[in-house]
Amino acid sequence: MRLDGHGLIDRTSPLSFTFDGRRIDAFSGDTVASALLANGVRLVGRSFKYHRPRGIFTCGSEEPSALVTVGRGQGQEPNARATMVEAAEGLEVRSQNAWPSLRVDVMAAADLLHPFFGAGFYYKTFMWPRAFWERLYEPAIRRAAGLGRLSGVPAEDDADKAYSFCELLVIGAGPAGLMAALTAGRAGADVILADEHPRMGGRLLMEAEEVDGLSAADWAEEAVEELASLPNVRLMPRTTVTGAYDGGVYGALQRGASDTFWRITCARAILASGAIERSIAFPGNDRPGVMLAGAVRGYLHRYGVAAGREVAVFGATDDAHRTARDLTRAGVEAVMLDAREDAPAGDGFEVLTRARVTGTTGRHGIATLTVTHAGGARSLHADCLAVSGGWNPALHFTCHHNGRPRWDEALATFVPTPDAVRGLAAAGAARGDFSTHGALAGGAAAGRDALAALGRSAPEAPLPRAEDRPVRQQAFWMVEATGRKWLDLQNDVTDKDIRLSAQEAFRSVEHMKRYTTQGMAADQGKTSNVAALALLADATGRGIPATGTTTFRPPYVPVPIAAMGAGARGRGFAPERRTAADTDHRRRGAPMIEAGLWVRPSYYPAPGETTWRQSCDREVRTVRERVGVCDVSTLGKIEVQGPDAGAFLDIVYANRMSTLAEGRVRYGLMLREDGHVMDDGTCARLPGGRWIVTTTTAAAGPVMRHMDYARQCLARDLDVSLVSVTDHWTQIAVAGPLARRLLDSLGDLPLLPFMGCAETTLGGAPARLFRISFSGEEGYEIAVPARFGASLWRLAVAQAESLGGAPYGLEALNVLRLEKGFLTHAEMDGRTTAYDLGLGGMVADKDAIGVAASRRPGLVDPDRPRLVGLVPIDPAGVMTAGAHLYDRSAAATRPNGQGHVTSAGHSPTLGHALGLALLRGGPERHGEVIRLVDAMRHVETEVRVGPTCAYDPDGGRMRG
Amino acid sequence: MRLTCPHCGARDRREFTYHGPASLLDRPAPDAGEAAWNAYLHLRDNPEGESRELWYHEPCRAWAVITRDTRTHAVHGSAAP
Ligand SMILES: [Zn+2]
Repeated sequence: MRLDGHGLIDRTSPLSFTFDGRRIDAFSGDTVASALLANGVRLVGRSFKYHRPRGIFTCGSEEPSALVTVGRGQGQEPNARATMVEAAEGLEVRSQNAWPSLRVDVMAAADLLHPFFGAGFYYKTFMWPRAFWERLYEPAIRRAAGLGRLSGVPAEDDADKAYSFCELLVIGAGPAGLMAALTAGRAGADVILADEHPRMGGRLLMEAEEVDGLSAADWAEEAVEELASLPNVRLMPRTTVTGAYDGGVYGALQRGASDTFWRITCARAILASGAIERSIAFPGNDRPGVMLAGAVRGYLHRYGVAAGREVAVFGATDDAHRTARDLTRAGVEAVMLDAREDAPAGDGFEVLTRARVTGTTGRHGIATLTVTHAGGARSLHADCLAVSGGWNPALHFTCHHNGRPRWDEALATFVPTPDAVRGLAAAGAARGDFSTHGALAGGAAAGRDALAALGRSAPEAPLPRAEDRPVRQQAFWMVEATGRKWLDLQNDVTDKDIRLSAQEAFRSVEHMKRYTTQGMAADQGKTSNVAALALLADATGRGIPATGTTTFRPPYVPVPIAAMGAGARGRGFAPERRTAADTDHRRRGAPMIEAGLWVRPSYYPAPGETTWRQSCDREVRTVRERVGVCDVSTLGKIEVQGPDAGAFLDIVYANRMSTLAEGRVRYGLMLREDGHVMDDGTCARLPGGRWIVTTTTAAAGPVMRHMDYARQCLARDLDVSLVSVTDHWTQIAVAGPLARRLLDSLGDLPLLPFMGCAETTLGGAPARLFRISFSGEEGYEIAVPARFGASLWRLAVAQAESLGGAPYGLEALNVLRLEKGFLTHAEMDGRTTAYDLGLGGMVADKDAIGVAASRRPGLVDPDRPRLVGLVPIDPAGVMTAGAHLYDRSAAATRPNGQGHVTSAGHSPTLGHALGLALLRGGPERHGEVIRLVDAMRHVETEVRVGPTCAYDPDGGRMRG
Repeated sequence: MRLTCPHCGARDRREFTYHGPASLLDRPAPDAGEAAWNAYLHLRDNPEGESRELWYHEPCRAWAVITRDTRTHAVHGSAAP
């Protein structure tokens, strides 16, 4: 029922949405829950296990009952808390876990069987026959029990993730949070203030009180306006902080048109998350219409909604009286059922003392209740029963680093242990300071402490005046009466389940939780855990402090996976690097394959070719017989400059590089400091002083880091500088007997000897020409600035085709190098040394990285797996990379392993398969016939061991 | 967690790559012998408390010796090697 003259909703902006098809009228500023209550809807959902009717219980993120499905299809969100979903025009809201309808749910029959479904029922009832569990019982139970359903269609990919940094993070914008943010913000600190709700103010928006002579809501509004005017303060409404992580990192979920998951790193944090009201266990306390007393007050002041027409308030605190008082003043009939002997008199409403609610009635919502009290017993009509068992500080984050809260006897609640999370201090109700004055004072003090820790001075400022009544709370958990008394409203846990758990020896609070599922639902028992452990303490006779709490873990509220993994779906999983000629490769129909973050063309299908092998074989033959062009831009390119460049390169390369003459290129080998091969490539010394280091595609990043390390950490005195130019240059390989003719058709390019290099121009653009070969044919690589890369590629392909040549992709490139026995990271696998790869002679006698360690006896043991070439005895024999090698007569078992194949493929040039392998004592076994077994792919064949280079061993073709 | 780059100031930890303890700066001479090289390559302290570490700041390519408390993640200093 909507009340005139109350609430902070915008009555000039009416809107409507639907709930199970029914039109619900609302105003801007409503939540789905407040609008449902305003429209008299009490039945909102069904519980998880017994399908009991469920209504709205709270007005915040702690809501256990009012779970709904919002939207449909791509935008469908199950298990949304109606108390947190903002009402919006046209929103489609549906109830869940009920069939065929919310009011007639046939699964509610489960409730009649509840004697069989007590705590741990699935461990007992469905144990026999055993095979039935997986096939029958579990699927049936899963169908019957549950929450909302997923839509089954991919969600909208509009969630985001974001990062932020600040000096001070203030969690919660109630009186404590606002005061902390004002104190730190006015002093100039870099502050983020995050609050769950669209409008900041917390309980100040939900109570009838004054702060500094203003209504609490007006004071909050002024405070928020001032904070918004401070350039050093960022306000994050609709943002629930979800966890405290190491090093001052906090997760936070920001709701809006789409979800954003934030990682906020701060130097200090203030926990001003307020308190969560707790319920009381009594028979029939789960009916729709039974709500927390603070929530009933909240709906009145924040949304102008009376949760009922006849309201009974049941509690044991002065705070509960405020609900009866505020409702009465708003013209709603209210009666106070105070459990205390010494209950104060009502301020305009009737008070029953020593009251105990012993039962309720009403099919889809409470209609009547029975109560015993000092004056006897009574039956009351009520369509809303507001309950308060007191308040618990929302101290969850203080326990996220495994800290445990402390039981405060005077407040009958757990309070945070100070410094349980480094840099995080609780303030206000989150610390147990429940009065508004206490919250304001605590917030200001926490703000000043944070400033001091940040090395900033804190100006003294007067504290706003506010109510400061003493807070009395007592432990009042349960009414002693017969009937099911509910604790966890989402998972249907009753007092009986807790006692059963204790009886059956699940006496530890962690065991009780798992045995009964108390607190294991989506709300994690925020409104019921403390009462449950109090009952456990009672049942075991251990007392609450000795019983303790279960472990608090992030996230504080459910976080959609879509928000945590935002952007990381499909192609968003990793960035993609494309060469300048990428569109040309794709236009030719080349299947693109990943090489690290790069995508590269694997082959270029010609008309009539149906398999990759046909294309690959043709491309190899074209290079061997005519000419081929290949985009090798993905190779890492590092420019080295400075007078000490040669000396520096002598440190990073195992072989000597300083003796390289200008205009020459040399093959180089880099080792890790532990003596194993890191990478190989060419190093060119251009005339004029620049050196160009080329790395493999995969190692470009690690080699850059390694060279920076050598430069900044080991060779600090050398005058040399490095820069990565991988992305700046497009580089195209031209290989084959007609390579020179192709070059001459491109422009006036200098003649070069094998392993020569030059700077030149091509079509007016600067160009670099290297005469190097990874194919074994006469080969060149031409580099031009990337912006000319696509045109050079097109030109080179056109000229190649006019010479009977073709472009070639990664597959052909790999076969060409395999025929020559050149290395890739399949051979340089991180465990091999220069010695293993037959390059031991390259390691010069000098102080280069890895040289000293590479001479360790274990790394030059002749019996190590060392590189050899393999040829099948049967010309049709197949070889696979990854296959294992055995002596001819030995069984294919692990102890008999002699090594493995690193690379294999079909050589169209030689007409049979070829392989490279790391074989124990390899080079000494040339000529030997051994057995190759690939158990995974069912390949077994005999192969002959030989040299690594199978084609043109003396290199006459590439030297020209 | 944030680390301090000598060039860029406090930056998110994910921009950095860890390399090893700052003792790696004291590289043995080529002829220092097996024991010295073995210690340099393989033996690491596992300090509780103050730790001097080599980190690489990927975006600006600066190497830094960062003094860090392994118990609190507090950064007490950052300098070029
Ligand atoms: Zn930097």
